[in-house]
Amino acid sequence: MTTKVITGNEAAATAAKLARVQVIAAYPITPQSPVVETLSAWVESGELPAEFVTVESEHSALTVCITASTVGARVFTATSANGLAYMNEQVWWAAGARLPIVMCIANRAMAAPWNVLNDQQDSMSERDAGWIQLYCRDNQEILDTTIQAYRIAERLNVPVMVCYDGFLLSHTVMPVDVPSAEEIDAFLPPRTAPLQLVDANDPRNIGPVTLADPRADADGVVRPGYMEFRALHHGALLEALDVIPEVDAEYGAAVGRSWGGLTWEYQLADADVALVAAGSLTTQLTLAVEALRAEGVKVGVLGIRAYRPFPAAELRARLAGKQLAVVFDKALSYGYEGPIAGDLKAALFTAENSPVVFGCVCGIGGRDVSPENLADAARRAIADLDSGLRDRTPDWINLRPEGGAR
Amino acid sequence: MTRITELPTTEYVLPGNRACAGCGIGIALRVVTKALDGKMVMTVPASCLTVLGGMYPTSSVNVPWINVAFPSTAAAAAGAAAGLRAMGKADDMTVLAMAGDGGTGDIGIQALSGAAERNDDFIYLCYDNEAYMNTGTQRSGLTPAGARTTTTWAGKRENPKDLPRIMEAHNIPYVASTSAAYPTDVFDKVAKAREIHGLRYIHMNTPCPSGWSFDPKDTVRLGKLAVECGIVVLYEVEDGVFRLTGRSAALAKAGKALTPVAEYIATQGRFKAMTADAVAEVQAWVDKRWAGYVARERAGE
Ligand SMILES: Cc1ncc(C[n+]2csc(CCOP(=O)(O)OP(=O)(O)O)c2C)c(N)n1
Ligand code: SF4
Ligand SMILES: [Mg+2]
Repeated sequence: MTTKVITGNEAAATAAKLARVQVIAAYPITPQSPVVETLSAWVESGELPAEFVTVESEHSALTVCITASTVGARVFTATSANGLAYMNEQVWWAAGARLPIVMCIANRAMAAPWNVLNDQQDSMSERDAGWIQLYCRDNQEILDTTIQAYRIAERLNVPVMVCYDGFLLSHTVMPVDVPSAEEIDAFLPPRTAPLQLVDANDPRNIGPVTLADPRADADGVVRPGYMEFRALHHGALLEALDVIPEVDAEYGAAVGRSWGGLTWEYQLADADVALVAAGSLTTQLTLAVEALRAEGVKVGVLGIRAYRPFPAAELRARLAGKQLAVVFDKALSYGYEGPIAGDLKAALFTAENSPVVFGCVCGIGGRDVSPENLADAARRAIADLDSGLRDRTPDWINLRPEGGAR
Repeated sequence: MTRITELPTTEYVLPGNRACAGCGIGIALRVVTKALDGKMVMTVPASCLTVLGGMYPTSSVNVPWINVAFPSTAAAAAGAAAGLRAMGKADDMTVLAMAGDGGTGDIGIQALSGAAERNDDFIYLCYDNEAYMNTGTQRSGLTPAGARTTTTWAGKRENPKDLPRIMEAHNIPYVASTSAAYPTDVFDKVAKAREIHGLRYIHMNTPCPSGWSFDPKDTVRLGKLAVECGIVVLYEVEDGVFRLTGRSAALAKAGKALTPVAEYIATQGRFKAMTADAVAEVQAWVDKRWAGYVARERAGE
């Protein structure tokens, strides 16, 4: 293990190298581009013995990963915002084909209008595509999670998105402990034979038209229909609720660091109010907690690492007995509310002893949000609760009224 | 030139598939798989070819076959080739991308152009049935002028784009034009392409009784007639050197006037509403193209 001062993008690229990826295909887009640039330099210099396909688009980037993974290779790609949206058809394909692809997302705001700065609208909008989604709070977690992602993906045959905030992490340097190749080789052996076999001596028709109902094969064995495949896929994501923490613990045993599995907390045990978020925002929330605790307000942070599968049971357990959960979303389901807020409300709906949930929307398109702003939003939420409110529309943090006219 | 009696006898396309009776794709796929000895992996997008391949959990074809998204055939082949190389299995099988005219010339042209510019190592075979057949005969960029489709009810106004020439402009090692009506021409071109590395592009005319409105028994006859008229031209371009092949080479050598396109047009329901003027325009267009091919043949470029 050596400590390096590197960006989040370099942490992602380093993880791909340590995972000994065999095929890389990615297309440049801010703020992800340094990942592709770094990996292509390593492949060119021979430092990373992999195939690097310089595709002409993100649709093709994920396509290359899909078929390379189908023939058995360990693959890697990365993108952001419009790149992810451009891949959308293949995002679904990768999941439906049950391929253990790992893709890093340097989270960025969606156009229009153009904006290259951070929010999480891009990956949150892929929530339902059947991928596992993990969110990182700092550069160390990006490196560790990306390596863990391969083990999770290959155990379940489900692709994993490792999401980290654009610029805030992608372009910010931090000290990162880089495990040795030996440590990672022991934790992550080469990929075993793929689920989908490509062999001229055992020819298969992979991913053909599949009817709604089960159907007998040539030997009379009844095989799943489309709906059964989807149920199996859902089952794999539910299984991930166990596999993600298991792999995190195994990584802890191998490398000496783990991240809490599905969720984690900070000063939450005795808190009345939980501040809930995913990504780098949670680091800022720990600072807001310090400020509020100094005022005697009992608050803590509840960090979401796995957004899909949604860790509903764990969230219910961690929030039991709290008075208020304030959710900070860097994305919005337009016409409703932030995705995490909406999902958390649903998870708590039938739970006893559960808190009121208030949503906040912040950091959209890179709008600055400071720990003080977050503490203020928490104070407003507590005041709303004290005034008897049990539900409210999202609080837009740092929305500037003077900018209201077009 | 391989004779029909000399084709390998092993069959990879199983008897019985879901394509329409008389479909040109089935005739061609049989010889394509033979030319590769079944040592291949195909990438196949949404198209009639998907339907021909069969429905889960049965298959009509005895070669590895990966179904892929409609625009992604070429990138999917590039990924399969890269994956096989990374796994040390690149020599075990040829990667064959096979897609329709829509999947190739319209929605898939970006991925194909990218792969051609990179000279990725696979064969791309476009079977051209001149419209989006799988979705009900809508026009494509390769539908000929005058053809009625379900999005050109009065007949398409534009001539088709010349996809092989677009591929030639990428300076890839091998470009060929063939027809499912000449299985041995298809076989020879695929067999030759198999021995070449880099991106090899083969364009194959594939008559479609359902979409063109003709009797399924006439598939081969119409495919041949298209060559007699100079509408479809059999040729190959190897490392930039142009050569007419098979029947097209014989027609050029004979130097006589080709069969009028009106004869071909009269055979198909899709051209029923064409006026004499429209037919004359197609004739002029075909004459000009044919003169160009003959000139290239003479110049040997
Ligand atoms: C992204 C996307 N758009 C549209 C379709 C619908 N679609 C499926 S096949 C097809 C037409 C295929 O035409 P072509 O490539 O010429 O093959 P053919 O059906 O004629 O064999 C279309 C439009 C799709 N599957 N995916
Ligand atoms: S519509 Fe045409 S191309 Fe498609 S299967 Fe039928 S005959 Fe073949
Ligand atoms: Mg077609």
